[in-house]
Amino acid sequence: MAAARRTRCRSLGERAVNGVFVSVGSMMPFDRLVQAMDEWAAAHPDVPVEIQIGRGKYEPRHAKYVRMMPVVEYRQRVADARLFVAHAGMGSIISAIEAGKPLLMLARLQAQGEHNTDHQLATAASIGARPGLHVAGDVADLKARATVLLADAGAPPAPISRFADPKFTDRIRAFIEAA
Amino acid sequence: MARKRILAIASGGGHFVQLLRLRPAWDGHDVTYATVHAASAVDVAPAPLLTFRDVSRADWWRLPLTLWDALRILAKVRPQVIVTTGALPPLVVLTLARGLGIRTLWVDSIANSEVLSGSGRHAGKVATAVVTQWPQLAEPGVDHWGSVL
Repeated sequence: MAAARRTRCRSLGERAVNGVFVSVGSMMPFDRLVQAMDEWAAAHPDVPVEIQIGRGKYEPRHAKYVRMMPVVEYRQRVADARLFVAHAGMGSIISAIEAGKPLLMLARLQAQGEHNTDHQLATAASIGARPGLHVAGDVADLKARATVLLADAGAPPAPISRFADPKFTDRIRAFIEAA
Repeated sequence: MARKRILAIASGGGHFVQLLRLRPAWDGHDVTYATVHAASAVDVAPAPLLTFRDVSRADWWRLPLTLWDALRILAKVRPQVIVTTGALPPLVVLTLARGLGIRTLWVDSIANSEVLSGSGRHAGKVATAVVTQWPQLAEPGVDHWGSVL
């Protein structure tokens, strides 16, 4: 019964474990992603779906949703989810890698007014090739891949250390301490 | 090595996540962080965190607010060195810092793998140094030192 899962947008409430967590990030609306995953939630009523929708106009009717959440809660939701679905932003990519969670991405497109450049296509192409990170070509592909990944997520992203390579941070340190 | 006052600044989302991955670079110095969400304070405690109002090309009319916040942050921190991972508000801070003898480093976001970001392009005119996280984007005046991943 999908309507029973409807919530107003104050808080997501109890954390769902083993469901799908969807995030558009903190910067710009991304209604195409939100609506697609809300439709996916309608088709999969037994799977908990939680969506962080930002400043979008489309309000989910089947999935639980919230506009914004503190970064600590965001990380917790990524950690609890079985599948993380998000825009191809570096915040989502690094959070997924740090949590060791499979990430399914949809790139924001400039032509749709979803970002001010098309750089998310480049991000998805250059970084999305890592194991555990998956890139959807469009909304139909996104829904199909979400179903496949929920059944079998394959290998999670390889773990990375908490900080950048010391060779890089040492060069920044040298810059700081020069002069 | 004398302790220096460092301002580590980035917009929200991925920009700030990348900044956090660079933390060992200023270990042992007096760092103050600045970003758009006050909730990020939990990530940097006990170091202090200041906030500024966000602006992008889409809402350029907010620029005066960001300019005011940038002045406030510079006056409060009086940094000797600024490190940023973008985007537009930190570029405003670097522009103001230029005339104040502050060393500034622009680390272009790893999201920009095909061309340097628009803000990064401008940063070349005002920053002490600009680095890209992608070796193929290195050019005269834009070095590649490594990446956050």
